Amino acid sequence: MAMNTSKNDSLISEEQQRYATWLSRGANSGLIILAVSFMAYVFGWLPARIPLDQLPKVWSLSTHEYIHQTGAPTGWHWLTMIEQGDFAGLLGIAWLSGCSLLCLLVIMPIYFKRKDWVFMLICIVALLVQLLAASGILTVGH
Amino acid sequence: MFNEIFSSIRDTAGLLKANTLLLLLTLSLFAAGAYAAESLPVASSMPWWGWSLALFITCFFLGIVAVPSGVGGGVLFVPIVGGFFPFHLDFVRGAGLLVALASALAAGPSLLRGGLANLRLALPLAVLASASSIAGAMVGLAIPANIVQIALGVTILGIVALMATAKKSEFPEVAAADKLSSALAMNGIFHDAAQSKNIPWHVHRTKLGLTLFVGIGFLAGLFGMGAGWANVPVLNLLMGAPLKVSAGTSSFILTLVDSSAAWIYLNKGAVLTIIAVPSVIGMMLGAFIGARLLHVLKASVVRKMVISLLLFAGLRALLKGLGIWL
Repeated sequence: MAMNTSKNDSLISEEQQRYATWLSRGANSGLIILAVSFMAYVFGWLPARIPLDQLPKVWSLSTHEYIHQTGAPTGWHWLTMIEQGDFAGLLGIAWLSGCSLLCLLVIMPIYFKRKDWVFMLICIVALLVQLLAASGILTVGH
Repeated sequence: MFNEIFSSIRDTAGLLKANTLLLLLTLSLFAAGAYAAESLPVASSMPWWGWSLALFITCFFLGIVAVPSGVGGGVLFVPIVGGFFPFHLDFVRGAGLLVALASALAAGPSLLRGGLANLRLALPLAVLASASSIAGAMVGLAIPANIVQIALGVTILGIVALMATAKKSEFPEVAAADKLSSALAMNGIFHDAAQSKNIPWHVHRTKLGLTLFVGIGFLAGLFGMGAGWANVPVLNLLMGAPLKVSAGTSSFILTLVDSSAAWIYLNKGAVLTIIAVPSVIGMMLGAFIGARLLHVLKASVVRKMVISLLLFAGLRALLKGLGIWL
């Protein structure tokens, strides 16, 4: 007999359902931010730090040379230039990269309530790894 | 009777149309690649929007073939765009990670809700792979681009060999779960709609699986590719998870692995929105069409075409890295 949705739902754990809900919210809002900020950039609604027609001269450079020549920011400094189209687009990218953080946070109370300390610890480590990556502490050069 | 004949003719015509389209598409990609390669390096007179449009169209087609061939968009994106577009490999890898991340994020919620991705199976593997993807991204941005190109070429050719030879097992036999997977409760039940039944599963060889995921994460960060090509065989053939659970869980794992590597590229300034956004949008639209063409496209034909494309792109990356075909 084919299974109905509610039976199928019962196979999915509470934390998995919650994670899915928040992941969906994060991904959808991130894609909207990405699309809107990109339109603002290419249609000139926001000024660009590097004029679009100059990009072919610099996009073949290595990151190191690109930053050296254009003065583009590293780490989180792009946030201070958010009014410029080139960097407004990074907001959507940062949002998409960070939306898993929220998902991990919202499932931790479920593990805590269940006293599932191992998965609680795994979530904490996963959060720390993501935060470390996002922090900008880990910077290297060519 | 007539209805059956007409329906059969319609199906055949649809199949022919779709496969002809696919053939043209593949040939266009080869031709575009060869043209772009000839017009390199850099001194192209094409304006920025021309390259953005070419990137969008390329990614749209890559998205179409990525779904039926069962490979992630990222693994196609990096060697093809890195080999045939004028962008530096740093920016291509940054965009490649975002392409893989956006695709995984878009699919993640429905995979989790449908039980095809399993959180308990994914999280321990994803934590290790995320940490190593950070290391991979840091190494990738620290070593010269030609070394990365050579390593990328070799890896892509390895993936081609893996894709051409690896077997898949719909429901691998796992006599008993090992101690570690039992302790972590890395098991579940998924509802297989094709058979209309619930299928319980568990995994074994967890320690080896965890170790391999460290390496997979490193490669994902190093080359800016999603790592579904490696995740699925490890989950399915080594650890013994059912094929659909392996594919779904692999995609979900990428949401964590690629995001940690993406942060490194972003913080290092290796993400250009003009490259990343058209790629993400093109790939997602293509994947949307590809998913709808699944019933008319012959998966084995698409797979062979993708293997040919990857072979071409892998050789191109290798030769470019060696300075033979610039």
